[in-house]
Amino acid sequence: MAARYCSQSVSDKHAKHKSKYTADRMIPGAFEGETVTRRRFMTGTAHTAGAIAAGAFALPALGFAIGPIFKSTPHHWETVGTETDFNEDNYVPVTFTLTPGIGEAGKTTAYVRKFNPRIDTDPSDKDSKYIAISSRCAHLGCPVRWVDAAERFICPCHGGVYDLLGRRVGGPPVRPLDRFYTRLEGEFVQIGPRFSVNSELKRFSPRDPGEPLDGIGQYLYPSRPSAQKL
Amino acid sequence: MPKLPKLPAPPLPAALQAPPPRPSENGRKGGPIEDAKEAGISVVDWVDERTSLSGAGRWMLFRKVPKGTNWFYTLGSATMFAFLSQAVTGVFLAMYYRPDPAGGAYESIRHVTNEVFLGQFVRGMHKWGSSVMVILIFLHMGRTFFFGAYKYPRELNWVIGVVLLILTMVMSFTGYLLPFDQRAYWATIVGVNINGTGPLLGPYLSDFLRGGGEFGATTLSRFYAIHMMLVPGLIAALIGAHLYLVAKLGTTAPPWSKAEEQPELREDVV
Repeated sequence: MAARYCSQSVSDKHAKHKSKYTADRMIPGAFEGETVTRRRFMTGTAHTAGAIAAGAFALPALGFAIGPIFKSTPHHWETVGTETDFNEDNYVPVTFTLTPGIGEAGKTTAYVRKFNPRIDTDPSDKDSKYIAISSRCAHLGCPVRWVDAAERFICPCHGGVYDLLGRRVGGPPVRPLDRFYTRLEGEFVQIGPRFSVNSELKRFSPRDPGEPLDGIGQYLYPSRPSAQKL
Repeated sequence: MPKLPKLPAPPLPAALQAPPPRPSENGRKGGPIEDAKEAGISVVDWVDERTSLSGAGRWMLFRKVPKGTNWFYTLGSATMFAFLSQAVTGVFLAMYYRPDPAGGAYESIRHVTNEVFLGQFVRGMHKWGSSVMVILIFLHMGRTFFFGAYKYPRELNWVIGVVLLILTMVMSFTGYLLPFDQRAYWATIVGVNINGTGPLLGPYLSDFLRGGGEFGATTLSRFYAIHMMLVPGLIAALIGAHLYLVAKLGTTAPPWSKAEEQPELREDVV
């Protein structure tokens, strides 16, 4: 009751059931049947116009900046040698262009050998004639080096160590080394898009280094539209 | 005969009145020598009459500072001058730099360092100055922390300072790529991948930073634009807000300084 008394005597601005007509609310200059004051209408119009004008340049600029996230990149095949260049028992490093147009910065290195049924026992590998292991460390992306004497891939940055198949045996990496699809065109060995593997060598679409793929890792680090896929 | 009240004389038309003295004239007439002597003051007066800036200047510069203010209180200004030095040398380095990933970027830096007059010096100022700025920020932050200067009512200034620290780190990260040598390239690869280890959004942040799924043709220009245009403007604006709050709230006394004893207020005396 007190609140009602108050609202009536001081102002009906905060009344519980105020009329929707400005004339009933005793607003000076009100028109018959008017529900929105001209002042309020003008304020709203100015704010809306300002928001449209700001959005007209801000939204395209934002989309322009974040556009590459949603753009898919077509994959391509790069010839890295002939059949006789590679053998079953050891890796041969090959350097090829991953991103064209930026010179040396667009190149990457892979370690390639022929498929060897004695060690490549994983069923998903049985169709590939060549195994190409990416030199990009699965920790943070430094280039690993194949050390023949140790039969290990070793990363110079933070000490990641991988075995012959690229599986992690030491250091901070979260998954095995990535691999590349390979194919034989006539006598030429070609390397295609990259793919990632989890610790059981199960294949996933390519991820960036530092993103685990075991357990819920594949959901926490989803595949992105920008990755080159086969 | 009683004196009738007199009506006031009608005012002279505006055109016939003598112009009021300019505030700068001070009611005094002087020759050209006096005018020349007063030229500097006249210019300041002319601007001040139209902007009232001198009040803001006095408000900003002539503040009361607590007793015990010492050299540690200069670390904030030192950081700001490090930023100004970075801004000035950066603008002039941009006159020679080419963000071309196919070799031009490295070549332009080599040109600045080896061939441009004072190029090595200006580039060195920018390169070493970036480390100086980061070190000074942390010293300034430590001073604020250990002196308790982040407490009420200065919490917002602490928050602005943390944003400035983060923006400075963004500057350091994006600037590191620009020489485009081996160290720059691999540091950026590693840095972007560290960003990518954040779950769910991390991989997309990596794509945003690189402008695509792999380190590509636009990565360098992206880093250059962020380093040269986006972040410096934000830093300058936030330094303005930071300084405004310092002037508005005043500086804190050092924690070891005691409040002035007022004997008449001490209870044991009364």
